[in-house]
Amino acid sequence: MAELNTGDGGGGKGGKVRSKKQNSKVDLTAMVDLAFLLITFFMLTTSLSKPQSMDLSLPNKDEDPNKPKIDTKVDENRTMTVMLGDNNKMVYYMGLLATPKVGPKDIAYGKDGIRRELLTQKKNVLAYSAGKGKPDQGIIVIIKPTKKSNYRNLIDILDEMAISGVDTYAIVPEFSPEETKLIDKQPE
Amino acid sequence: MAKIKMKKKSTSTDMTAMCDVAFLLLTFFILTATAKVPEALPVDTPSSTVQTKLPDSDLAIITVGKGKVFFDLKGREIRKRTLEGMGAKYGVTFSEDDKTKFALMDDFGVPVAGLKQIIGMNSADRTKANQPGIPLDSLDNQLKDWLLVSRRAAIDLDDKELQIAIKGDAKEEYPKIKKIMDILQDQKINSFNLVTGTRGKDF
Repeated sequence: MAELNTGDGGGGKGGKVRSKKQNSKVDLTAMVDLAFLLITFFMLTTSLSKPQSMDLSLPNKDEDPNKPKIDTKVDENRTMTVMLGDNNKMVYYMGLLATPKVGPKDIAYGKDGIRRELLTQKKNVLAYSAGKGKPDQGIIVIIKPTKKSNYRNLIDILDEMAISGVDTYAIVPEFSPEETKLIDKQPE
Repeated sequence: MAKIKMKKKSTSTDMTAMCDVAFLLLTFFILTATAKVPEALPVDTPSSTVQTKLPDSDLAIITVGKGKVFFDLKGREIRKRTLEGMGAKYGVTFSEDDKTKFALMDDFGVPVAGLKQIIGMNSADRTKANQPGIPLDSLDNQLKDWLLVSRRAAIDLDDKELQIAIKGDAKEEYPKIKKIMDILQDQKINSFNLVTGTRGKDF
């Protein structure tokens, strides 16, 4: 590699010519290294700094989305209700609250909590629907966020829906007195 | 003699062209990169595994945090048009200079009457200005008007429906978010985006 050398011309006339030749070239390796490093940095930061987002579609408001069980005559064996309380509390049950198939039970967020349960129930419902001859009818999840639940809880549960592949879900912030009692109950 | 010279040449590659290309690309990336401006209302968004990128233009972002609501629009022309519309609606006149400045601004959270003052500040002061948030109660629902006017502007300019994203703080309570969703749904916007961070599936 050519280097800038200043002092080691050393010898006679022949040496002088040589040192001049060497001077004409500058080592660009370090400069190229730096340039590529910066390129990489800018490339990554421009594409990574874009905010990610999550799609959410809600039903039309006028059609009263609040009573899917009654209005659209949904089979209660297919519904799962998830209530979000304060302090990351979550209660779920299958079917109707008066005659629940599973639960009501407290459950945690994350892969060992709600996700495992969602996947199990999803499978059960699919098996049930297949038994009735309608294998395309999957689970319906009703998400009920209380006034004390926060935005993170909502995003978390919507995320669980996306992860476990549940595509029929509704956000229904309405509570029967029994449900309120259930979610307000402090753990013993 | 000749042999030795050949050897010397082969040890060093000519990096000039490579250097040129590298710096050309570097310049390109620096110029296209958008500088990150401090947000007027910093929020800690919750994370999700879903990753849908938000568009760069024709997008309205409603930021919710600390009980306040801020509004941001992407796209300069839309911003100008929206400011005109809002000025006409609320009887505030904005000069051409104000509009240009507003087009380059980021999110804001003041009633329309106080907007002129915010536009007049420089960006560092804006962050410190302690903006009170956009009013959205039933008596004075300015957020609704901002949305209406900006959607109309988007249709006028680009013939496209404005996309709407909600950027909420993780600790924000649900009723506040619900209120925003209600305002959106009152305008028949049933589909919108929620801005989130990213995380893996293993949590």
